[in-house]
Amino acid sequence: MSEGTVKKIMYVNRKAPYGTIYALESLEVVLIAAAFDQDVSLVFMDDGVYQLKKGHQTKGIEMKNFQPTYRALDDYDVNKLYVEKEALEARGLSAEDMCVPVEVLTAAEIGKLMEEQDVLLSF
Amino acid sequence: MLHIVNKSPQERSTLDSCLAAAQPGGAVLLIEDGVYAATRGNAAQAKLRAALAHLEIYVLAPDLEARGMAQALAEGIKPVDYAGFVDLVTQHKTCQSWL
Repeated sequence: MSEGTVKKIMYVNRKAPYGTIYALESLEVVLIAAAFDQDVSLVFMDDGVYQLKKGHQTKGIEMKNFQPTYRALDDYDVNKLYVEKEALEARGLSAEDMCVPVEVLTAAEIGKLMEEQDVLLSF
Repeated sequence: MLHIVNKSPQERSTLDSCLAAAQPGGAVLLIEDGVYAATRGNAAQAKLRAALAHLEIYVLAPDLEARGMAQALAEGIKPVDYAGFVDLVTQHKTCQSWL
């Protein structure tokens, strides 16, 4: 990465948490990449919106609850979080159910944002 | 018999496959990402409600809780814990996991 070049990097999260490793892996990569001061945004589409559903309590399934990490993203200057409107609606959820402040966009609006990126990372 | 579904209804079609095959009097247990089907407002609600007319439907409570969905459990679906999961398996002669 050449010094001084800021790239637009978007992480596209489309998987529910815990059932697969994707959500946790995405979060790990976001945190590592945050050290490079890039223009980062996170998108949550399809079942990915479940990653931000408030109130994860993972004691019963004996897995690490990684939801608090989403609240720490702001400390790493990662604060562009977009959630797909259609995905929320198909799951009986709304922006109030999210554990962090998010901007709700339609899939088409997210598609436009994707076009503006230098790099897309899919999870 | 007991049918087990562990995938989200929006991610995979295994719930549909299960409900198409399940015979009246059978039982369906939703686990892991399959529990989302049992939550209010989910697009799969209508087909699950229809299935309740001839099937017992259970959901693994620890998986609901892990996903922050315990308060959203839809009416008519019975929550079970891990011991209840074992009971369901032993109560039925056969079990099909719709992986």
